[in-house]
Amino acid sequence: MYQTNYHRASSVADAVKLQKKADDGKFVSGGMTLIQTMKQRLAAPSDLIDLRHIKELKGVKVSGKSVTIGAATTHAEVASDAKLAKACPAICHLAAHIGDPHVRNMGTIGGSVANNDPAADYPAAMLALDATIVTNKREIAAAKFFTGLFETALKDDEIVTAVTFTVPDKCGYSKFPNPASRYAMTGVFVAKRKDGVKAAVTGAGDDGVFRSKEVEAALSKKFDASALDGVKVSAKNLMTDIHATAEYRANLIVVMAKRAVAAANG
Amino acid sequence: MGMEGIGARVARKEDKRFITGAGRYVDDMVVPGMKHAAFVRSPYAHADIRKIDIKAAEKMPGVIAVLTGKELKADGIGNLICGWMIHSKDGSPMNMGAWSPLAVDRVRYVGDAVAIVVAETKGQARDAAEAVAVSYKEKKAVTDAVAALKSGAPQLHPEAAGNLIYDWEIGDSAAADKAIKAAAHVTTMHIVNNRLVPNAMEPRAALGHYDKAEDHYTCWTTSQNPHVARLVMSAFYNVAPENKLRVIAPDVGGGFGSKIYIYPEEIVCLWASKKSGVPVKWVADRTESFMTDAHGRDHVTEVKLALDKDHKITALKVDTIANFGAYMSLFSSAVPTYLYATLLSGQYVIPAIHCNVKAVYTNTAPVDAYRGAGRPEATYVLERVVETAAREVGVSPAELRRKNFIRSFPYQTPVIMNYDAGDYETSLNAAMKAADYAGFEKRREKAKKAGKLRGIGMSCYIEACGIAPSAAVGSLGAGVGLWESAEVRVNAVGTIEVLTGSHSHGQGHETTFAQLVSQRFGVPLDQVSIVHGDTDKVQMGMGTYGSRSGAVGMSAIHKALDKVETKAKKIAAHLLEADEGDIVIENGELKVAGTDKAVPWFQMALSAYTAHNLPEGMEPGLKEGAFYDPSNFTFPAGCYICEVEVDPDTGQTEIVQFVAADDFGNIINPMIVEGQVHGGIAQGVGQALLEGCVYDAGSGQLVTASYMDYTMPRASDLPSFKVSTSNTPCPSNPLGIKGCGEAGAIGSPPAVINAITDAIQNNDLAMPATPQKVWAALKAATRH
Repeated sequence: MYQTNYHRASSVADAVKLQKKADDGKFVSGGMTLIQTMKQRLAAPSDLIDLRHIKELKGVKVSGKSVTIGAATTHAEVASDAKLAKACPAICHLAAHIGDPHVRNMGTIGGSVANNDPAADYPAAMLALDATIVTNKREIAAAKFFTGLFETALKDDEIVTAVTFTVPDKCGYSKFPNPASRYAMTGVFVAKRKDGVKAAVTGAGDDGVFRSKEVEAALSKKFDASALDGVKVSAKNLMTDIHATAEYRANLIVVMAKRAVAAANG
Repeated sequence: MGMEGIGARVARKEDKRFITGAGRYVDDMVVPGMKHAAFVRSPYAHADIRKIDIKAAEKMPGVIAVLTGKELKADGIGNLICGWMIHSKDGSPMNMGAWSPLAVDRVRYVGDAVAIVVAETKGQARDAAEAVAVSYKEKKAVTDAVAALKSGAPQLHPEAAGNLIYDWEIGDSAAADKAIKAAAHVTTMHIVNNRLVPNAMEPRAALGHYDKAEDHYTCWTTSQNPHVARLVMSAFYNVAPENKLRVIAPDVGGGFGSKIYIYPEEIVCLWASKKSGVPVKWVADRTESFMTDAHGRDHVTEVKLALDKDHKITALKVDTIANFGAYMSLFSSAVPTYLYATLLSGQYVIPAIHCNVKAVYTNTAPVDAYRGAGRPEATYVLERVVETAAREVGVSPAELRRKNFIRSFPYQTPVIMNYDAGDYETSLNAAMKAADYAGFEKRREKAKKAGKLRGIGMSCYIEACGIAPSAAVGSLGAGVGLWESAEVRVNAVGTIEVLTGSHSHGQGHETTFAQLVSQRFGVPLDQVSIVHGDTDKVQMGMGTYGSRSGAVGMSAIHKALDKVETKAKKIAAHLLEADEGDIVIENGELKVAGTDKAVPWFQMALSAYTAHNLPEGMEPGLKEGAFYDPSNFTFPAGCYICEVEVDPDTGQTEIVQFVAADDFGNIINPMIVEGQVHGGIAQGVGQALLEGCVYDAGSGQLVTASYMDYTMPRASDLPSFKVSTSNTPCPSNPLGIKGCGEAGAIGSPPAVINAITDAIQNNDLAMPATPQKVWAALKAATRH
């Protein structure tokens, strides 16, 4: 790792100020990707501004069907939140299966969505749940937020402060982990509402998280795993790497969608 | 058997310091004035070095020295060598290319060391290493051994035309061909043994200290065999004469073979210490370990197995291409020859065997022995082809094996080995019983109802360890002898130190070796200390690899204990005014048999050192040494049975049962033996299901350079193993023990793959059997 300066921001305003002062300041909120990248000397920010301890960014609020999760809430906190478990257990299940205990106690939801790793779990949930990503400047619909591999609509000095969503009628998540990294090699989040079904796929697309038209079409007819029998997802625009071909990922999308639906239907 | 003697499940003495984080590894060593090194490494798989500009790096903060291969060569530091001479079948010696510790004009793999930077801190050294400007002219690279043999392939070394190191054979080709032609059935397979990265928990490290006043070097290094390191660095690399070079291998966090070899880094750190005037420490990071530790396996093999109409095996023909990487590592040449082809008879009577091996240079990390070394490759070829043959002719794989077992010993195979003892059927029966082999079809049916494909696979392995005798390995080309040494020092108060040439890096020698002593003299375990790993403390020894410490290292201790016992009895007889032949050692006393006359052990020892009352003419003191050279290899064997369930939707394999029935001869500490078997199976399962080193074929870049892409086995990937042992004592050493360190890694991969291929009904499946590969094989499933 190159030498860097570490700052613990006390508020969002303080964080913005600190970043402005730095030559090449980067926000860090868990650092589950950034710190690794820095250790490999592939990133060298002059300053790290840690958002993880900002009080206003922490905590889960559930009010009826409305859920707000502060950006600095760790995966472990999301996984173990009792009110959330009652309102939307799929999110708790997702958070409980990110990485390992160390990652879950360091990594945050804000860090995860802002980083938009193409194999991260939260982006699939955000997209399928029609979530809103709240920043210090504006509110962005998930559909407009995730723009490509590690790319988002965020500006340089923009900080994710929370994510909000309305709990759907039913939802579920299932992922097939990469054997080595345990990131999602393919993960599918399905959410059913009166106006239709959304199914978002992570870990598989060559341009990051996306919605599967094939899966959504089948599940809109009948929200049941059997509706996906015989459904084929195109391997076009899916990733191929040493662990999985595009064809294999296409298969996994259908299999994981079935399992996600089964979980959603309880 | 006492509570602490041979056969007792004694908790490991060394674990207290390991578990409490108090172990002392090379990176824990601090020498006054010590500075830190970073290596400049090639980012290319193959390139000419046009120019190395160190000016900018020298000006970086904290930099003490920037040194390159040119200066190293000018100082007369030698090239790295392979110490086992293999001759091709045309009689020509192997074609060994030059390996300079720092590349001078060409780099041949990603990670090849080019320069060393010494600086005040590790961070400064790394920063400056990045500032060394190396101008490369990239060349075409080849990473696959089969491709490297093709005409027009990029050429690595002028000494090895066509990248061919040797083209070696063993056995009778004509007899094998004749038997195959006459066979009732021939099974033909193409088998790849995947390349593995050793991944010891502790990365390699070296601390070189040149003492100007004494003109003396000390090297702390992560070595499995510090004396061999000293010998090779002294005799071949011209670092320093042996009496001016002390090598210390303190606590070492795992080796699995990868720390047998002498690497460029320890040589360069020693040289750089003299050059820069400061002690120089280097510790690899994990990526350096992936890039530069000697890798394992990487064979491509065509095999034919011939059966007669009664399903007796009549011939085995094997054609293997072995990837050696960019340079010949220290023992690399022996691995796919004398540690591989000589084991191809397995547990079976096979009248005709022939094996041809081509060793090949490629633009990848050097390949050398890794847990099992050649024997896993042999077992994988044989046990997959035997299982497949059974399926093809429609008989039970267990019965085909049973029909062909060797049943009388000694047994001379057609490929050098002379098996001294074994009872393969006992292991087979024990494993089948523990696995409830007979009940498998019911379990398969039950799994089918749950939507899972269940399969069962078997592997009957044999291995050869405790490689010896020295004269025999010498005649096969080894540059060293493979004996072991021991010295037993009884102190004046009766406590005992054992100085052993073996090296413990996880094996538990401090416990098992002490058990041997405790058993002999009735001395409590905590009064026996094992000293190893320091050339200044311990007499010349050969180190630990190839499961040799029990069979060879402990036999040397046994021999030294014999001498101590003889002298101790003489002293006791003198003190008790009895006949030497009447003295027995029991419960910490030397007694006159059948009487109550006795002298405590400590008192006898004290008498040896006060020397007030010793037998006429006896020298004072009680210290004896021994060198032990075994009369033969020892041959552990066993039967492993793996049962899996495959999820047909994803290709995910779950190992639902794993049974190991091993014959290790006499056992010193069953708990430690079980630990070795568990660890070996974990590594074998790792090879079968998870681990695979991948280079990009075009660029030669290492794709699996971290745990993000290289899948290490985790606890959750493994079931609880059912292990048992049987015992046919080894007749070739005085303790009757075999070796247990590698068996798990040798025997398990074919059992796992045979189970999966049974589940998916497709014999065409390569390791690692990742979910994607199993899914694809299932889709293509047609039994061949």
